[in-house]
This record gives sequence, C-alpha cells and structure tokens, in this order.
Amino acid sequence: MLKIKNLHASIGGKEILKGVNLSINAGEIHAIMGPNGSGKSTLAAVLTGKPNYEVTEGEILFNDKNLLTMPPEERSHEGLFLSFQYPVEIPGVSNVNFMKAALNEHRKHKGLEPLSASEFLKLMREKMALVEIDSKLTNRSVNEGFSGGEKKRNEIFQMAMLEPKLSILDETDSGLDIDALRIVANGVNLLKRPDTSAIVITHYQRLLNYIVPDVIHVLYNGKIVKTAGRELALELEEKGYDWLKVEEIIDTSEMKN
Amino acid sequence: MIKSTDDNIIQPENLADYFVNLYLSNMDLICENVGEAMNLARSEAIENFNINSIYNHENEKYKHIDIQKIFSHAYEKYFIPTAFQTASDMFVCDVYDLISHKIFLQNGFCRRNSKLTILENGVIYGSLAEASIKYPELFRQYYNKIADNQNEGLVALNTAFAQDGIFVYVPQNAVLDKPLQITNILLGENDTMVQYRNLFIIEQNAQANILICDNTFSDSKFLANCVNETFVGNAAHLETVRLQNEHNHSNHFSFSYVKQEKGSACTDNTITLNGGVVCNNISTLLDGEHCENHTFGLFLVDRSQYVANYTSVNHAAPHCTSNEHFKGILDENATGIFKGKILVSPHADKTEAFQANNNIMLSDTSRMFTRPQLEIYADDVKCSHGVTTGRLDEDALFYMRSRGIENRRAQLLQLFGFACDVISKISIETLRNSVADLVEKRLHGELTQCIGCTYQCKK
Repeated sequence: MLKIKNLHASIGGKEILKGVNLSINAGEIHAIMGPNGSGKSTLAAVLTGKPNYEVTEGEILFNDKNLLTMPPEERSHEGLFLSFQYPVEIPGVSNVNFMKAALNEHRKHKGLEPLSASEFLKLMREKMALVEIDSKLTNRSVNEGFSGGEKKRNEIFQMAMLEPKLSILDETDSGLDIDALRIVANGVNLLKRPDTSAIVITHYQRLLNYIVPDVIHVLYNGKIVKTAGRELALELEEKGYDWLKVEEIIDTSEMKN
Repeated sequence: MIKSTDDNIIQPENLADYFVNLYLSNMDLICENVGEAMNLARSEAIENFNINSIYNHENEKYKHIDIQKIFSHAYEKYFIPTAFQTASDMFVCDVYDLISHKIFLQNGFCRRNSKLTILENGVIYGSLAEASIKYPELFRQYYNKIADNQNEGLVALNTAFAQDGIFVYVPQNAVLDKPLQITNILLGENDTMVQYRNLFIIEQNAQANILICDNTFSDSKFLANCVNETFVGNAAHLETVRLQNEHNHSNHFSFSYVKQEKGSACTDNTITLNGGVVCNNISTLLDGEHCENHTFGLFLVDRSQYVANYTSVNHAAPHCTSNEHFKGILDENATGIFKGKILVSPHADKTEAFQANNNIMLSDTSRMFTRPQLEIYADDVKCSHGVTTGRLDEDALFYMRSRGIENRRAQLLQLFGFACDVISKISIETLRNSVADLVEKRLHGELTQCIGCTYQCKK
C-alpha cells in the first residue's frame, strides 16, 4: 500500500529526514516510535503534503501512485488521512459544514453525487456514536473551544466519515486521559478493515496496548534505526532510546568500514 | 425638470464657494415643501460649511483619499425629484423572505405626495419632508440636535441641502410589529449627487428593527452624502442593519448619530458588500445609566475600492456597556480604514467598553489602516481594544485540504467563517440568512450590484 524509498526531507534548509525506508501492506498497523526531534511528525507532514517541507531525495508510492506530486486534497481523495497531533481551530466554520464539504469532495472524486442533507446527517450521527462525541459539537466551529480529548475524538470522527485506506495517527494519545484514550483507540479498532492500514506515531507504549501494531519502527535522527515486532515497545518503555543510539553509532561506523 | 448647470469640473480650491453659491441660487427650491425646523437649521449650517468646507485640514479622516476630487466632479444636483420609478416593477429585493414594512427613497426623495404611514399603535414612518410639516413639535425637539455641524463639513453641507429622507417615529411603549426596510435607490442617466437625511425617534420603552439597504441601479457615477439622527429613549430597544451594495463608481458618505437614554439598548450592524468609496461614520452618545450598545461591521473590498469606518462611542453616564467589532476582508488594490474612538467621561464609572477590529488581507497590494483610540477619564472602568491584521491561517488551510477540501474552497470556507462572527449578530433569522447568502456570493465573486434589478441595462 505504501512504499517509502530513501526519503530525504528538509524544512527551512535543515534536513530532518535522512533516508527513510518503509513499506506497509494492506491490513497492517505500524507503530513509529522515537525520541523528540527524531522526525516522526515531519514524516507525517511530508506524507500528507504540508507546505514548506521540501523533499530533496527519494520517493513515496501510495497504491503505486506517486504521492509527492499530489496536492494535499488529492492525497486525501486517494485515501490518506492524518489525525493531527494538534488539531487546528477554524473559527466560524461549523463542524457540520466542514465535514459536508470534505465528504462531498471525496464523493465527487469517486464520481458520486453529493449526499442529501438527511443522508449526511444520518451518517454523521452514526459515526459520532462510534467515538462517543457529543452531538452538541456538530454545530460548533471546528475544534474551537474543544477540550484536548474532544479534539482528538473529533479527529477520529473525521476519519470515520472519510473512511481512509491509510490513517496516520500522530501522537493521538498525547493529552488524553485514560477514558478518552480508550474511546479513541476503540474507535480506531472499530474502523479497522482487512484492506486498511495505519501508522501510529507515539512516544509511549501505553497506546499500543489498545491499538496493537504488527510492526514497530524506531525513528532516530531522521532514519529508521530499528524494526521489530510488538515486543519492542516494552523494551523501549523499560530501557529508553539511548541503547539504540549506541547501536546506530556502531551501525554507521560499520557502514563506513 | 430643473437642475443645476455644471458643465465643467469645479476647481477644488473653490469647492466651498461653489456649494455656497449653489445653495444661495437654489434656496427657494430647497426650502419648498419642508417644515420650519429643517429650514431654520440651514443658514447656520451653510455658514459652518463655508468655514470648514468639505473637510477641515486637521481632520485626518481623508488622508488616504482625494476627497476634493470626489466632490469636484460635475454631478447633477436635483432639487426637484426626478420621476419616480414604480419600485415594485424594477426592484426585486436581495433580502428574501423578510416580512417587513417597505419604503423607498429614490435619489434621496420619497415619492411626492406619498402619505406618511401611521400604524394603529401610533408608529409613523415615511417622508421626512412631509413629517417636518405635519409634526413641527417633534422636529423642534429632535431635528439637527445631535448631528455635528461644527466639525464635520459634510454634515453641515447635508443640513443645508437636505430636502427629504426617512422619518420614523415609534411612540412610548409601542413596538414596531415587523422590521422597517428602507431601500435607497440611486438611479439615473446622469452622474448625480444626492443628500438625504433620516430621523428616527424611538421613544421610551419602544422597540424597533430597521433595515437600510443602499443600492445603485444605473451605472452612472453617484455621490451620496447622508446624515442619520437616531434618538433612543429610556429602556427602548433598536436594532439597525445597514446593507451597502453599490457599484464601483459610487461614493457614499454617511454620518450616523445615535443618542441613547437610560437603560436603552442599541445594536447596529453595517455590512458593506460593495462600493467604490464608502465612508461610514457612526457616533454614539450613551447619555443615561445602564445603556447597552453594540456596533458591528463587516466590509469586503477588492479592486481599488475604499471603505472607511469611523466610530465613536461616548460614555457620558456610568454603568453603560459598549461592544464594538469590525471585520474586513481586503483583496487586490483595496484600501480599508477603521478608526474607533471610545471616550469615557469623568464620573462614567463602571463603564465596560470593548472594541475589536480584525482584518484579513488577501493580496500584497491591499492596504489597511486601523487605529483604536481610547480616552478614559474615569477610574473604575473596564475597557479593552484589540486589532489584528493578517493573512489567511495557513495551518487551517492545510487542515482543510488534508481532509480533501480543494484549496480555493478551503479559502472561501475560512473567509466565510471569519465573516460569520459579525453576521451572526443579526437577530432576525431570515435577514441573517439572506445576509449570509449575500456575503457568500460576494466571496465567490458572484454578487453583482444589479442583483435585485429587473432592468436589463448595458451592464
């Protein structure tokens, strides 16, 4: 589904990603962990086409299509979704109008007619129940005045509405209490289908108790330095990242030799 | 048809002389068919105008515009109304579904001999000229009492020349059962200057809702110089919405003076959808305790349009609240100006006064000048002001695009969201929805100034 080859990316002339290789198949959940500043959020930004990030080398194929030439909206139409680490507030734009605009553009892309108002509301009610979102939030401005938990639930609600093929959850657990974490993770699990995949970016093993990954990668200094099964998360929780840094230094010196 | 003969453009340095002479040579016509109070005000006004001319040089208002050039243009000035078009034939209102009392002003005149409308509960509305003859007492008490003829040359000019306009009287305890919609129509084959005057009297404990629509219905150049005086009595409620949609060759100067008595509440919403040069002045005097005032505005400008909003709120009594919010969206080579003054007089303790102005600039060549001005002479007050001028929020745009919303649509959604803040303050739902539609059309570039006109002129 997703193939990232030797991806180098920089912002403001500073190289953040220094050759990322990653391959994700349909149905898989991959977790990306790593210390602060290792490039996790940059990877999410580059995947979704955030302006100001420059890809200097490498390629990204999404279902065999070149992702890097697509504007962000087209990536979304193709089935890519990012749950933002910091969801953006849009004053004056109601959640309902926002989702209606987004969903209808997706339908247009698929050659479908826009949903009628009643069909849309029915779908919205259904998906809101999934993440236990308060229906009062529908007519409020997007994320404006939402609590941290409500914002993250709103992200998963949007994901439920758009039914992406590949979802990137960027630190969806940050700022969530245990109950909210459970609700959010539960929503993600309910949305899981054999043909959809997810990338879970997180600092902590905690989220991975709820959303169980098939593979865990450690991103450090712009590169994936370790890939292993789900047991790696526990090891990281216990030992931290420092031992990997040492391994990487050994790796690079070996490469030079 | 009698009209002035301007073949040449007036020399700017002779503007004051020109208007004084125009006044003197047409005095008989100007003073005809109006009541004594209106005529009594004229001579002092023309003297004041002679001193200040159209503006006084200390007045920084017109720093960014060549106002002398605007007034020097060879406009026709009619002192007898031109033939009145049957309003219902030519005009389909932009504001749909609004059940209202309707009244039209064409080039500043009500239809000649049109009667004043008197409702069962004593509410009167209609021609100002007619009312000034019929109700001399009310005019002696209210006419030209709060308009600033001393410092504003254009107000003095209006007082000298005004022949008609709209009069609204809502007596004590009366409620205007549905909104009054005043439609100002500028129309004619010749470039025309008009000066009309409105007087609204909302007595103690009365309630009214007034909508004023400014429209142009032919593509000639227009210059409107109009003055509104509004009196809001004890515990009275007034909501006004002004919807300005004139074409790009129109020049509109309006001066609105509001005086609020004890415990009264006023909401004013000025929406400028389009216009060549628009200069709105709104001055509010809170003259009794526990008054509440809300002054809101939204303007959308592009091309080389110019929209200025000057507001002044004078807290002359304690325990009053004022809340002011103006928003602007500027594109291409447009210019926007906001200057808001809050004056808190000594002893006006427990004043709460808030002011905000937010602007979005869509181009590098648009200009916005904004200046909050607070003068506080009382100790126990709560006042704040805030200004922001910036571009669209890039993060919000990316957020919307990442959900599949195309870039242009995301921009429009954000702009509309920005405008919503002001639109949502309109209390009548049908009116609020129509205004929202008009603003959306304007943002999409689909609004024309001919929108309500059923004439098929060359445009």
